[in-house]
Amino acid sequence: MTIKDHIKKVQRGEIDIVDATKKALSELKKTDNEFNYMNIISEELALSQAKAVKKNTKGKLAGLFITAKDAILVAGVESRGGSKILDGYTPPFSSTAIKRCVEQGAIILGKTAQDEFGFGAFCTNVGVGFKTPKNPFDKNRATGGSSGGAGGISQLAGFPHIALGESTGGSIVNPASFCGVYGLCPTYGRVSRYGLLDYGNSLDKIGPMGKDIGGVALVLEVISGRDKKDSTTLLDKVDNYSSYLKKDIKGMKIGIIKETFGKGVDNAVEKKVEKAIEKLKALGAKVEKISLPTTLKYGISTYYIIATSEASTNLAKYCGMKYGKEEMLKGNFNEYFSDVRAKNLGEEAKRRIMLGTFARMSGYRDAYYIKALKARTKIIDEYKSKFKTYDALISPTTPMLVPTFDKISKLTPLQNYMADIMTVGPNLAGLPHINIPVGFEKGTPVGMMITADHLKEGKLFSVAKALEK
Amino acid sequence: MKVDKELILHVAEVARLKLTETEVKKFVSEFKEILDAFSILDEINVEKTKMSIQPVDVKNVLREDKAEECFSQEKALAQAKTHKKDGYFKGPKAV
Repeated sequence: MTIKDHIKKVQRGEIDIVDATKKALSELKKTDNEFNYMNIISEELALSQAKAVKKNTKGKLAGLFITAKDAILVAGVESRGGSKILDGYTPPFSSTAIKRCVEQGAIILGKTAQDEFGFGAFCTNVGVGFKTPKNPFDKNRATGGSSGGAGGISQLAGFPHIALGESTGGSIVNPASFCGVYGLCPTYGRVSRYGLLDYGNSLDKIGPMGKDIGGVALVLEVISGRDKKDSTTLLDKVDNYSSYLKKDIKGMKIGIIKETFGKGVDNAVEKKVEKAIEKLKALGAKVEKISLPTTLKYGISTYYIIATSEASTNLAKYCGMKYGKEEMLKGNFNEYFSDVRAKNLGEEAKRRIMLGTFARMSGYRDAYYIKALKARTKIIDEYKSKFKTYDALISPTTPMLVPTFDKISKLTPLQNYMADIMTVGPNLAGLPHINIPVGFEKGTPVGMMITADHLKEGKLFSVAKALEK
Repeated sequence: MKVDKELILHVAEVARLKLTETEVKKFVSEFKEILDAFSILDEINVEKTKMSIQPVDVKNVLREDKAEECFSQEKALAQAKTHKKDGYFKGPKAV
């Protein structure tokens, strides 16, 4: 049953949503025991929301089950962004994205596992004391990151479900690719960031993930739009994304990013993506090769300098006071804060705080942070010039097949960062992009990424739907 | 870029992170590798390029300077487990 059909049935009272919620919760617990997708399951909240939906079935998302990445706040539910330093933090307010879903009758099942504060490409950099989620197709392999739990549960949920993920440098499409589901990262500012634990303010985007492309479109419609509480949200009218699912892609101009094929890219990944491109051609799309030399050459460095700089200031607030984890009050301010942070932040969080602090420090700031902000302009301009001609750009979502935990453990931090080569570009430029599953290799999924111009999410849905047929 | 123990300790102090000896050693070698890779940006000419603080144009939105309802003191303090006293947050010694 599609998500649309499920919602219709709930609206007509043909499904007992309280019963359905109990079943979904029990399935979720079972899956979580095996795969570690959830940081917390919000059973009580889900049941009370289900009862409310039973009484009022009018919402656009009536009875749709939603999970939130741990960094997306849900009032009254422990929200830690995957970090021990936020142990026990139960926010008194919800993020705007969650609030809008609940107002439309969605039922929130819990918070999904992630790399600590979003710091990872594999979801293996979980916080101190957290469990690592496992790939739904092979437990020795990763889910991708950082919205790893969201990707995994999106694949395995037997109930109608959409996950809210969050991307800073690729954290929606990457786990969507490794878990074989759709994942859409919208234009920067399309969805409010109010109530999202910040990683990089100029980069963070909340977006939907799921197996049902119609459901992804529907949820994006609900969470998008201006929010008074986030001054970076865009004023532009929200599109009717569902209507794009019916649109033909005949005559659509698509650019294949040539630097994202060849050296450094797994041959099997290339073959699957090329096969999907052939299908697009057969459906009438005009496909040409294009080049994004600046983006592919300088993207990783530019991204990591900006992202860690922003992260290092954002994480300064986690100091063992006011909320989250506390330690014994000992020593002066600096001693206490340094001690709390040393004990409760994970290795990658420390590394990124250090890198970002360095990049902004006097003496280095011009050469790193300021330079990266200027390089970012060049990358944005490069994309914008392509969108004068093309409707969409294509690359593989990741350069590799889903790696094993053993392989990941042998990577240096720099090699970890290089895994984001395909995805940092659209994230730096704030461009909407989607992962579309394009097949399996050795039993694990392969994904293709489509990027569109600012606010052209609709085109991504047209391409995704065309390939589904 | 020269990376040594001194630089790492200085950054850690600014970042308010107490690092162990092992962490310092690790960061020295990792930072060398990472900053070497980042130095690729040295070749890009951005002399006449402006910075992009945001990826899209964001307009400043102002609101009327009017008091709005906010958290009660009780709610604001509710997340501090033990470090609070007499309606205030309790922190480490300032002097």
